[in-house]
Amino acid sequence: MTFSQELITIAAVVAGTMVTRFLPFVLFPASKKTPPLIAFLGQVLPPAVMGMLVIYSLKDVSLFAGHHGLPEFLAGSLTVLLQLFTRNMLLAVASGTVGYMLLVQYVFA
Amino acid sequence: MTKYGSALRAAFPLTLPICAAFLFLGISYGLYMTGRGFAPLYPICTSALVFAGSMEFVLVSLLLGPFDPLNAFFIALTVNSRHLFYGLSMLEKYKDTGLKKLYLIFGMCDESFAINCSVKIPEGIDKGWFMTFVTFLNQCYWVTGVTTGALAGSRLNFDAKGLDFALTALFLAIFAAQWQGEENHGPSLLGLALPFFCLLLWGPEAFLPPSLALLLALFVFAFYFRRQRS
Repeated sequence: MTFSQELITIAAVVAGTMVTRFLPFVLFPASKKTPPLIAFLGQVLPPAVMGMLVIYSLKDVSLFAGHHGLPEFLAGSLTVLLQLFTRNMLLAVASGTVGYMLLVQYVFA
Repeated sequence: MTKYGSALRAAFPLTLPICAAFLFLGISYGLYMTGRGFAPLYPICTSALVFAGSMEFVLVSLLLGPFDPLNAFFIALTVNSRHLFYGLSMLEKYKDTGLKKLYLIFGMCDESFAINCSVKIPEGIDKGWFMTFVTFLNQCYWVTGVTTGALAGSRLNFDAKGLDFALTALFLAIFAAQWQGEENHGPSLLGLALPFFCLLLWGPEAFLPPSLALLLALFVFAFYFRRQRS
């Protein structure tokens, strides 16, 4: 690829990404009343999307090979339990992450 | 304290897990792209402009392949299709944020969305500036990490294996907090179960578009079903 072809490719990727981010705001501008269906989606999508992000961030874990996702399960459970019982998000995330690093670097190395 | 200072102070602690993970992942991306023969300026500029982690790794292989900008555009649409759902979720929250709204939408990566969408912003904090700082700090972490990786390259010797789990842990913690605060667990459960089954069926590279389509179809169906009954 020449330099200008590289620039065009990067611009195409930036444009594609920006379409996905801006489109809902262009279709349903704040100045107009949001249709009831879209308002309903705005309520149910956030919790659903958060569940999807959990799966998305774990998508490359192989359940049927290697350690069968055991380090992810253990560190993930620690995170969830700490969040549920202490309601301290930083503590939950930090403990889960450090726990996971110890697991993959020493226990399941 | 000014409204900017108090918004920054409220936003900063929440972004710390993202700071750790983005510095680490950013260094990997900087190393990856320079390792494929690109000058450091490439990963540095693309990290600031594209600012969608997984797409940037895909971009490297696009740049190494044959010139096909239309294909690149559609791949970006597909890989980032989940952002459409973020936008639909944030129509209300990003209202009345003035010009900052343009930046909030431009910088809406998974992590900034997750925090801005779920966090209850404390009383007396300017919500527009709070969300802007969350977005801006996350982008700074990412670009800093990428720049470090691109410039320091292989001279860097670090063993932070597993640090990227901070993002998974963050999503899990937000999910758990949300679970405690909701009366109806239906959407949360669907959001977890449907993508999981799609992942088993289609595998990690292709499961996202069908997951999004199925979730959307079910929610649209639920909306009309409820309206018909009431």
